Amino acid sequence: MSAIIIRQGLVVGAHASSVADVLIVDGKIVEVGTVDDAPSDAHEVDARDCWVGPGFVDLHAHLREPGREAAETIESGARAGALGGYCALVAMPNTEPALDSVALVAYVLERGLRTPLDIAVAGAITKDRRGESLAPMAEMAALGVRLFTDDGVGVQDPSVMRRALTYAKPLGVRLAQHCEDEQLAAGGTMNEGVLSGRLGLVGRPALAEELMVLRDIELVRLTGSPLHFLHLSTSRSLEMVVRARDEGLPVSFEVAPHHFTLDESACATYDPVFKVHPPLRSRGDVEALVEALRRGVVDAVATDHAPHAPELKDLAFDEAPAGMLGLEHAASLTFEALGPSPDPQTFFQVLSRGPARIAQLRRDDERVRHSAHGGAMVVGTDANVTVFDPAGRWSVDRHALASRSMNTPYDGRALVGRVSATIAKGRLVVDEGRLT
Amino acid sequence: MIESIRGRSLLSLDDLSKEAIVEVLDTAESFVEVNRRSIKKVPALKGRVVASLFFEESTRTRLSFETAAKRLSADVLSLAVASSSVKKGESLRDTIATIDALGIDAVVLRHRSSGAAMQVSRYVPHVRVINGGDGQHQHPTQGLLDAFTIRQVLSEQRGTTGLESGSELFHGLKILIVGDIRHSRVARSDVAAYATLGAEVRICAPGTLLPDGVATWPVTVVHDVDEALAWADVVGLLRLQSERGSGAFVASLDEFTFTHGLTVERARLLKSEALIMHPGPMNRGVEIDSRVVDSSQAIVERQVSNGVPIRMAVLYLSVAGSREGQAQ
Amino acid sequence: MGNEDERQARTRGLAFTAKSQLMTADDVKRALWRMAHEIVERNHAVGTLSIIGLQTGGKEPAVALASILAEISGEPLSAGMLDVSFYRDDLSRNPLPTSSATDIDHDLTDRTVVLVDDVLFTGRTIRAALNALSDWGRPRAVQLAVLVDRGHRELPIRPDYVGKNLPTSQDEAIVASLDGVWIGTRTSS
Repeated sequence: MSAIIIRQGLVVGAHASSVADVLIVDGKIVEVGTVDDAPSDAHEVDARDCWVGPGFVDLHAHLREPGREAAETIESGARAGALGGYCALVAMPNTEPALDSVALVAYVLERGLRTPLDIAVAGAITKDRRGESLAPMAEMAALGVRLFTDDGVGVQDPSVMRRALTYAKPLGVRLAQHCEDEQLAAGGTMNEGVLSGRLGLVGRPALAEELMVLRDIELVRLTGSPLHFLHLSTSRSLEMVVRARDEGLPVSFEVAPHHFTLDESACATYDPVFKVHPPLRSRGDVEALVEALRRGVVDAVATDHAPHAPELKDLAFDEAPAGMLGLEHAASLTFEALGPSPDPQTFFQVLSRGPARIAQLRRDDERVRHSAHGGAMVVGTDANVTVFDPAGRWSVDRHALASRSMNTPYDGRALVGRVSATIAKGRLVVDEGRLT
Repeated sequence: MIESIRGRSLLSLDDLSKEAIVEVLDTAESFVEVNRRSIKKVPALKGRVVASLFFEESTRTRLSFETAAKRLSADVLSLAVASSSVKKGESLRDTIATIDALGIDAVVLRHRSSGAAMQVSRYVPHVRVINGGDGQHQHPTQGLLDAFTIRQVLSEQRGTTGLESGSELFHGLKILIVGDIRHSRVARSDVAAYATLGAEVRICAPGTLLPDGVATWPVTVVHDVDEALAWADVVGLLRLQSERGSGAFVASLDEFTFTHGLTVERARLLKSEALIMHPGPMNRGVEIDSRVVDSSQAIVERQVSNGVPIRMAVLYLSVAGSREGQAQ
Repeated sequence: MGNEDERQARTRGLAFTAKSQLMTADDVKRALWRMAHEIVERNHAVGTLSIIGLQTGGKEPAVALASILAEISGEPLSAGMLDVSFYRDDLSRNPLPTSSATDIDHDLTDRTVVLVDDVLFTGRTIRAALNALSDWGRPRAVQLAVLVDRGHRELPIRPDYVGKNLPTSQDEAIVASLDGVWIGTRTSS
C-alpha cells in the first residue's frame, strides 16, 4: 500500500484543465478533485502553480545498452528520463549488437524492468540495421515490440522499405524512419548551405531528408502500412508529412528539441557537441518547427537522446560522432518553444499523449508488463504522472546531469519551466526536482 | 573584426581587418631583409617555444614554419603527428594537452579537419594558435603570402616598394582564381585577403567545384575561363584536390584540363604583364602546363620564398606581441 | 620625431605635449658639427667609418652626420640604418614596436661603427643595437653618438659623442630631431 497525494495542481486532462488534488494509491489514480480523506501516510506533493498531467513518453532514446555502457546504460538513461519527467522511454535499436532479435529485445526489456520507468524497445527493421534483409519483426512483435526502425540511418533501398512496410502491416506494428538519403548526405557533417561552404565542412543537404520523406509517404500510400517519421528537421519535410496526414494516410511525426531551439550557426564554433543527424538546420527551418509546435500540428516531441563518451566529442568536428543529450531538458525547451503563454494541453499532447499513442504501450501487453501512458488523468488509469512547474528556473550543468555522458549543447543555458515531480507506475521517482 | 593579430591566435583571414592584414605584410618586409643577411636570425622569440603539430603531412609548409620560428630564435618542438601514433580517432584534446604540458607559447597546427585550429585554441586559450591549414576551411599564412607576393612583384614592376604601396595597390586589382575552389582552404584564405584589401575577385570553376553558398562570397563567379583570363591582372590557380575526392566532381583530369587548365594556348590570352600564381604542390599538366609554370609570368617561386618572411611576421606579431591593454 | 619613447608612445596611443623648447634647429645643427669634428679628431681615417642610424629616431641625425663628415673629409660617406625591434629584450613587456627597414650594405668587420640615435635614455635600445650589429660582422670598434643624453641609464652604456646633456625626471618626455629638442609630457590621445 503506497499512496501519493498531489495537492492543488492544474490537472491537465485530455480536453480541459482544472485545479484539483490527485490521489494515487497502488499505482492507480483513485481520486481527482478535492481529496479530504487521503491516507495519513500518503506522500504529499505540493503542486500549487504547477501543471499535473500524464507522464512524458519519449519515442526516441538511445540508451546505448548493450555495447556502449560507457556512454549510457538503461539504468542511467532511466534516471535521466525520470528527471526529465519521463515515465516511459522507447529504446532505440542501434546498440552493439543491434536490437534485431528476440534475445536482445528480451535482454533490454528485462533490464528495463529493473528501472522505475517503462522501457519499451524499438526493434530493428533489418538485420544488423544494414538495410538489406528483414529482421524477425513478427517474433519481436510477439514480445510486445510496437515500433521498428533502423534509426541512426534510414532504410535506403526503397524495395526493402516497401517490403518492410508490407510485412509489418498485419503485425499491427508501426515502422519509424530516420529520413536521410545517405548518398546525398555522404560525408556531410552539418547542414548544407552558405555556412558549410564558408566553414569548409561538407554539407548534409535538406534535400537528403526531404527526398526520403517524399519517397516514404508514397510507400505508405502504396502499402497502407503506418509509418512514423523520426526527428523531422526541415520546413518542407513537415509540410509534406502534415499534408499526407491530412489526406488520411497513416503517418505521424516527431520533432526533436534541438531542431526547434538551435540552428546551424552553432556549428561555426566547430564544437562537435553541435553535430547531429539530421543536422541543425537554417533559422527558417527552426521557425517553421516552432510554428508547427505552437499550432498543435506536431504529433510528438522526441528527444533523440544520444549520449557519447566525452573522448568521442573531443575529436575534430568531422571525425566526432553525431548526437546530443536530450532527456533532461526536453520538457523545459518544449515549454519555452511554445511561446509566452504556452497551452498546457498542447504541452502534454506533444510530450505524453501524442507519443504514447504512437508507442502503443498497453497494460494488456502481459509479456512486457508495461503500464498505460498518456491517459486523461481520470480515476482508474495507471498512475504515470508528471508535475511541471512553469515558473521553475534552472541552469543546465553538463557535469550535474544524471546521464553518464556530458554532450549537451545547452551547457550553461538558463531555462524556464522545470519538472518538479515524476510519478512512474505509481512510484514517486522524482520529487522537488530530485531523484528520490 | 580583428584589428591586429598582435598577441592573438591566427585562425582565419575571414575576420581580419584590412589594417591587420597590412600590418602583417609590412612586418614581413622587415623579415625579407633579415632573410637576405648572411646571419638570417634575430633574437625576437628567444626563450619562446613554438610547437609545430602536423596532423596532415606537408613537408613544405612545416619546413617553412619551422625555419621561420628558428630564424626568430624560438625553440621548436616538431611533432610529425601524421606519421606517429596519433591517428584518426585519437582525441585532439589529449594530444594538445600533452604538448601543452611541455610548456609552449605557440602551436602551429595543420589538420585534415576543418575547424581543428579553432577547437585547439579553445582547449588551450593561453597558447597562441597559428592555423597552418585546417581541412577545407582556411590556410591563413598562404593567403597572406599570396597577397604579399602580389604586392611585392607589382611594386617592383612599378619601381616602388611594398611598404610604400600599402594596400592602395590592391584597389581595383583584377584577380582571378581558377580551379577547385570547393575543396580549397587556400581559396578561402585568398578570397578573404584579396577582397579585404580591396581587389576585384572573380572565380571560375566547374559547377561541382564551386562552394556551397558562393553567391554570398565577395567574388563574382564567371564561367568563361578564356574571357576571365584576358581580364585578369593576376591569375591564381589551385591544386585539383584529387585526394579529397574531387576526382568524382569532374569527369576526368583530362576533361578538367580541357575546361579549366591553364594550357599554353590559354596562357596566350593573358595580358603580357599578368601574373600567374599557384600555392603548390602543382599537378603539372592538369591545372597548369609545365611550360606555363616555367614562363616569366609565373611567380610561383616567389610565393615559396616569401613563405618564411610571412610566417616570421605572423609568429613575431602573434607570439612576441601582447594584446593592447595587456601590456606589462 | 621618433625616438624610443616616441615609438612606444605611438603604439600606445600617447600624445606628446611640449612644455618648452631646449634646442632650436640651429642649436642642433651646431651640435652635429661639433660632434662630427670630435669623430674626425678621434678616428682620423673617415674612410673606415660606418655611420649607422638607429630606426627611426636616429635616421635623420645619422644622415646629417654622415654628410657633415663627408664635407669635412672630402670623402664620400653615407649612413646605414639599423632596426633593432627584433633584438629588444622587452618585447613581451611592452606593446610591439613597429619594425622598419634595416639597410646596411657592407660587412662591418674591421670597421669603426658610429651608432647614431636621437635620445639616449635607459640604454636598452643600444644594447639591442650592439646585439644586432654582431650579425653584420665584427667591427673594430663601436662608438655611440646621440643628440640628447637624458640620463636614467639601466645598463653600463655611455655615449662617446653627445649633442646635449639634459637632466630629466623619469616621467618627462624628450623629443629630439633636426628641427629642435623639446621637453614635455605624454598623455593619452
